This record gives sequence, C-alpha cells and structure tokens, in this order.
Amino acid sequence: MAESALTNTGATLTPPAGWRGLVADWASDQRAFKKVSWGKAMMWIFLLSDTFIFSCFLLSYMTVRMSTPVPWPNPSQVFALHIGGTEVPLILIAIMTFILISSSGTMAMAVNFGYRRDRVKTAVLMLATAALGATFVGMQGLEWTKLIMEGVRPWGNPWGAPQFGSAFFMITGFHGTHVTFGVIFLIVIARKVLRGDFDRATRGFFTSRKGRYEIVEIMGLYWHFVDLVWVFIFAFFYLW
Amino acid sequence: MPHAGAHVEGQRRPQVRAHAEGQQHPIRLYLVVWGWLFILSTFSYLVDYFHLQGYLRWSLILLFMILKAGLIVAVFMHMAWERLALVYAILVPPVAVLVFVGIMVFESDYTLLTRLLFFRAGS
Repeated sequence: MAESALTNTGATLTPPAGWRGLVADWASDQRAFKKVSWGKAMMWIFLLSDTFIFSCFLLSYMTVRMSTPVPWPNPSQVFALHIGGTEVPLILIAIMTFILISSSGTMAMAVNFGYRRDRVKTAVLMLATAALGATFVGMQGLEWTKLIMEGVRPWGNPWGAPQFGSAFFMITGFHGTHVTFGVIFLIVIARKVLRGDFDRATRGFFTSRKGRYEIVEIMGLYWHFVDLVWVFIFAFFYLW
Repeated sequence: MPHAGAHVEGQRRPQVRAHAEGQQHPIRLYLVVWGWLFILSTFSYLVDYFHLQGYLRWSLILLFMILKAGLIVAVFMHMAWERLALVYAILVPPVAVLVFVGIMVFESDYTLLTRLLFFRAGS
C-alpha cells in the first residue's frame, strides 16, 4: 500500500525533464527513479554489474592477447566449417548471431503483446524466444565439441598462443550459462503468462508479490542483455 | 541509420499515453530494428569474409558493434524512453571500463616488452 501511495505522489507532480530533471530526481528526498518500478530498476542495476563481469573477461582476454609474443590463432580459420567441399569462415558463429538476434526480436514483441494483455501471443513468442535460445546453446555445444576434438584445451591448442583456449572457454562458457538460465526463466514466466497469473495478479511462489505484466518486460531486459553481450563477444573475440 | 533514428524520434510523442500501461510502441518499430540488426550483423560478418585487414577492419568492426549495441539498448531495452536519471545511472558507470582498457593496454605492452627482452634471447 505504501508503494502505491508513493507512486501516486509522483504522478500528480509533473517532474522537470532533461538535465534539470536529472538533478531534481537525484536531489529530491524520495525515489530517484520516479515511475520506474523497483523490479525494473534492480534488473538494470544487476545488468550493470554483469556488464562489469563480462568487461573484465574481455579485458583479460585483451591483456593476454596483447602481451604474448606467440602468434594468436586466427579465429576466422579456427571457427571455419567445411560445407560442400569449401571452407566457409566463421559460418557457425554467424548463424548463432542471427539466431540470438531473432530471439531478441521475438522477445521485444512478447513484451509488447504482454502490455496489450494478449496472453496467448505473449506466451507463444516467449516460448519461441526460449526455443531460439536453446538452439543457440546447442550450437555452442557443437562448437565446443569440435574444438575439444581438435585438441583445444584451456592450457594449449595446436595453432598458437595457449591463452586462446582459456579465454575462449571462459568467455563463451559464461555467456552460454547466461543464455541457459535465460531459457529456464523464459519458460517459467511463459507458463505464468499462459496460466493468467498476471491478469489475476497471483502472488509468486518465491517472492509472494503480485504478478504484473511488467515482469515480461523485466525478463526481456535480461534477454536483450544476453544478446548485447554476444554483440561484443562476436566483435572482439571472433572478428578481431 | 537515419531511417531507424526517425522512428525513434517519431515515437516520443505518445510517451504520456505509453506510461499509463508500461512501454507500448508499434510492432513495426521492433521489426525495423530487427531488420537493421540483421543487416549490421551481415556487414560485420562480411568484414571477415572479405579478409579486410588493419585499421579498416578494426574500425568497421567497432562501428557495426556500437550501432548494434545502441539499437538493442535504445529500442529493445526501451532506454530511449526512460528518464535521464535512470539512463545516466546505467550508461555512465561502464565508461570506467574504458579507463581500465587504457591501463591494461599500457600493462600488456610492458609485459610484451619484458618477454621479448628477457625470454627471446635464450630461445
């Protein structure tokens, strides 16, 4: 009840926009993020901390790659596949990129249909997102298997600097874990949407808080972040 | 890019109505951004496919990466419609990472130098 009272106070005053708004929001003795719910703000702050984790991984990868006198294996050749007798560079990674972007697209539309209270479309789009995410993880498993069969280990590989293996397994492994957890939570929330939990404001089994369709958007934030991280991994690890 | 940018600008007006029930934007906007992400990913793949090298390769990779990241954060994650207090609270701290990059570039140059000076001689 206290939460709704606060929200109402914020809604009656129209806060200033732009720089004045920034100063006023932070200076006022109340909520800094006016109409943003606590759930969304906390997800953003979690994503910020996750940004630093992935930044540290990519930074350590940059450091080992820059500081080794041994030549770095060429990712274009390492991740090439033989298709119809010709060697296509990086093709599996490109397909994985398109799959993850598509899953972000379906997620964005799921959020939209969620706010329109279209239960079935929201759930179907979320399940499609989960299916694309699972496909992505599957292809990553394929890639790991191929590289391990070719002799890539965290401490060495047949083509050059031994740090290649440790950077590869650490970065893609951590990203793949994020995708896997995203898929699990997508399925959990899609089930809730389909059941109508957010229409009846059913309390969650874990937090005991009332369900709202904003949860779909918060889930979307996490999923888009996973896609966002892949954009950076694709650029720095696979293309550089 | 001006195409998608125009859409983002065009969506600013119904903001007041959108806040009544979360973020509501036309599906078309998401499809346009989706399309642009596909195009930009294809471009960055082609950078590798055509074996572009040197500064051209690196600047193109970074350009496509930043454009893709910007589209995802601004439209898919709805950052373009959030209040400035939240936008800066989330987007400013990662700037510290760039400082960290600078520090580690110096550090790895130094490590490489010492490795070349003291470990090459023996082999």
